[in-house]
Amino acid sequence: MPETPAELSVSLWRGGAQGRYETYRVPRRDSQTVLDVVTYVQRHIDPTLSYRFACRVGMCGSCAMTVNGRPRWTCRTHVAKVAGSGRLEIGPLENLPVIKDLATDMAPFFEKWRDAKGTFAPSRTRADEMPRIRPDSPARIAADAAVECINCGVCYAACDTVRWNADYLGPAALNRAWTLVNDERDSGNAARLQAVAASGGCHACHSHQSCQEHCPLSLNPTASIAGLKRRAAAAYLKGELKP
Amino acid sequence: MNVRLYVWQRGTAALMAPLVAIHIAIIFYATRQGLSAADILSRTHGSVVWGAYYGLFVAAVSIHAAIGVRNVLAEWSPLSERHAGWLALLFGLALAALGARAVAAVVL
Repeated sequence: MPETPAELSVSLWRGGAQGRYETYRVPRRDSQTVLDVVTYVQRHIDPTLSYRFACRVGMCGSCAMTVNGRPRWTCRTHVAKVAGSGRLEIGPLENLPVIKDLATDMAPFFEKWRDAKGTFAPSRTRADEMPRIRPDSPARIAADAAVECINCGVCYAACDTVRWNADYLGPAALNRAWTLVNDERDSGNAARLQAVAASGGCHACHSHQSCQEHCPLSLNPTASIAGLKRRAAAAYLKGELKP
Repeated sequence: MNVRLYVWQRGTAALMAPLVAIHIAIIFYATRQGLSAADILSRTHGSVVWGAYYGLFVAAVSIHAAIGVRNVLAEWSPLSERHAGWLALLFGLALAALGARAVAAVVL
C-alpha cells in the first residue's frame, strides 16, 4: 500500500467564468471527504472562498462540483477514492453559469425542469378519495425507478447534449417528466408530452448515457428519456401531438 | 430534433435496414456471378421492380441523411436551427436528385 501523503495539493477554481485555478496545501485526514477539503480552505486559508453545501450526507444535492474532471457530490466523495496521488482539482459544475468560485447559478437547470412540466398537476381535490395505485403496476414501477432524483445537477453537468445544445432540457428535467407521465394521479400529460416532444426535448438526447454513468444515486435518466421518446412518438403517430 | 423529425428519421432507418441488406446481397450475387455492366443493365432496364426498389432507397436515404445533417449543423456549428434546417433541406434535395439520376440511368 502506498503511504498516505501528509498534505494534499488542492487546486480550486477562483473567480467567475473568466477565473483561474489556485493551489492550496491542505492537511490529509482519515475519512476525509472532498467537501471537508473545500471547507478547510474556506475556514483556515481563505474565507472569501464561495461554495454551496447543506446536509453533508448526500440528501440535499447542493454540494455537487467537478472533482478531478468528473461531476460528483463532494460530501459523499472520499479523498482516498479520487486523489491517490495527493492532488485534487475542484471546479464548479460544467454547463451552468459560474456565480463565483465553486458556486454555479442553478436557475437555468430549474427553469428547464419547469419547461418540461415537471410540476405535479392534480386530477382530484382533497375531498376526493385517495386513488389506489398498485406497487406492482408497470407505471408505478417505471416511476419508482426514476423518482429518487434530488436535482443535484450532476447529470446535467455531465451531459454532452446539454453542452452542445443550449435549448436541450437535460436529463434531470426529462427524468422528472417521465415520473409524472407514469403518475396515474397526474392530469398534465397532454401539455407535458407536448413540451418534451418539441425541439430541445427528449428526442435531442443522443443516449450517450453520461447521466446514468455519473448519477450518484445510480438512476438511469437515459432510460427515462427513452420512455418519453416512445410515448411521445406514439402520441404523434396517433395525431395527439402537434410539433 | 422534435418528434416529427425523430419519427421520420427512425422510420426511414427501419425501412433502410432490409433495403441495405438486400442491396449488399445483390452486390455479392453480381460479383460472384461475374456479371458485367451490360448483364446488369439488361436485367434492370425497364424494370418497374428495380426502379421502385432503388427509388424507395434513394427517398429514404435523402430524408434520413438530411435530418442527421440538420442535427449535426444545429449542434456543432454556429448556425441557428432554422438555417441548419434550410441547409439540410438543400443537402437532402441534392441527394435525391443525384440518386434519382442514378436510378434513371439504371432503369430507363
